[in-house]
Amino acid sequence: VPQLRADLSACQGYANCVIAAPDVYDIDDDGVVVLLRRTVPEEDRPRVEEAARSCPVSALTIEAP
Amino acid sequence: VTGTVVVVGSSVAGVRTAQDLRTEGHDGPIVLIGAEEELPYDKPPLSKQLLAGSWDRDRVTLLTAEAAATAGIDLRLGVAARRLDVAGRVVVLADGERVPYDTVVIATGAAARPSPWVTGSGVHVVRTLADCSGLRAGLADPGPVVVVGGGFIGAEVAATAHAGGRQVTVVDPLPVPIGRVVGSEVGRLFADLHARHGVGSRFGVGVEGISGRAGALRVQLTDGTELAAGTVVVGIGTVPNDAWLADSGLLVDDGVVCDEHCRAVDAPDVFAAGDVARWFHPGHGAYTRVEHWTNAVEQAGCVAHNVVHPDDLRSHRPVEYVWSDQYDWRIQIVGRPHLAGASRLVGEVQGDRPRFAAVYPDAAGALCAAVTVNWPRALATCRRLVATGGHSDDAVARLEALAAVPVRPSAISR
Repeated sequence: VPQLRADLSACQGYANCVIAAPDVYDIDDDGVVVLLRRTVPEEDRPRVEEAARSCPVSALTIEAP
Repeated sequence: VTGTVVVVGSSVAGVRTAQDLRTEGHDGPIVLIGAEEELPYDKPPLSKQLLAGSWDRDRVTLLTAEAAATAGIDLRLGVAARRLDVAGRVVVLADGERVPYDTVVIATGAAARPSPWVTGSGVHVVRTLADCSGLRAGLADPGPVVVVGGGFIGAEVAATAHAGGRQVTVVDPLPVPIGRVVGSEVGRLFADLHARHGVGSRFGVGVEGISGRAGALRVQLTDGTELAAGTVVVGIGTVPNDAWLADSGLLVDDGVVCDEHCRAVDAPDVFAAGDVARWFHPGHGAYTRVEHWTNAVEQAGCVAHNVVHPDDLRSHRPVEYVWSDQYDWRIQIVGRPHLAGASRLVGEVQGDRPRFAAVYPDAAGALCAAVTVNWPRALATCRRLVATGGHSDDAVARLEALAAVPVRPSAISR
């Protein structure tokens, strides 16, 4: 199952990911991304990849296990 | 779909279209044409981190030669497209080469509106990597900096130059420059931001002329006064790069006119994405052109999907979103605040750690826009509510609850 990763030091709180996949990504009170899930089912992968690619600072990745 | 897709334009809309075509399952050839010799790069940092020198060139690269090869993207850089032959399905390049296509995506973006004031040297715009390098060299001059245009680019450049130790003055003919976008009440907070950081402003005053050369410029203002400058930066908007389409037969009217699927209204195998596209936004019921990074990314995704899946066309109906970094403010704007009347403020505007939001109701009370400062969580909340048509009272209540929560580390993954 693909694993979600977030580079918390790179995150700038742009929140593009939250709009693209609100069930996967959120923003905390410090303005940093929160992973609501650690893995993503294969069938959701294209949608979550699109959300990850919408990050202006490339803080989000999806890795093969 | 196995035909050839030619993407014209190698900035974020073009690069993302090419990449998303592969994600969507296109297995035919992809050609990506860029006018600049430079590897494709991202533009937002050009007025911020790259101009300040805190990021290097590699960090803004959107697509390396290796990544292009891996994705099977035929990257053709350094030659602009000169014309589009719609009937013959050919893009003609400036060097005469003819690039045939089955589908073409126009993503040529926009250019900085050129300075109407011409001098020998020392007057800059900021749009390309070369502009950024030139201005960075100019800012090495210890003389004062005059920024003409108090919009987002102007304000960001002023903040960057100020952080670099320059004495800066921003000039704009509007009394409240960003008020055009966010309304006069919130716009005044933006105008005050310059003064709070020791940056001068001459708002409500136009520029009559600029004379001299780099290091010794004079900026004449319409009130008869004059500013001395070592460097002048002109940030007075952009114009879409659509002149090369003039004889294509396509309907071009301040951008390529497209339907809600981002397809040219008069050519089924022509699409457009990013700053150069004027498409029918079904949510707004109007032809719309948006010059924001996020729209370019989202529109590229929509175009790639529609090119690959012509039987399952998707409408492009985004909620507008843009960010700007000015001094100690990270500003995020969602929706269309200029359509609203008054706004309501939640949070702390002043103090050492400002963190606030302005909430904009439409005539019926629904949340139509929000401006947040140093408060990404509020932005995320408002972005969801604007997208789902939530009520502005609900937005205010949620933001007040968020404002009451003390700052704490995130729950997981830190």
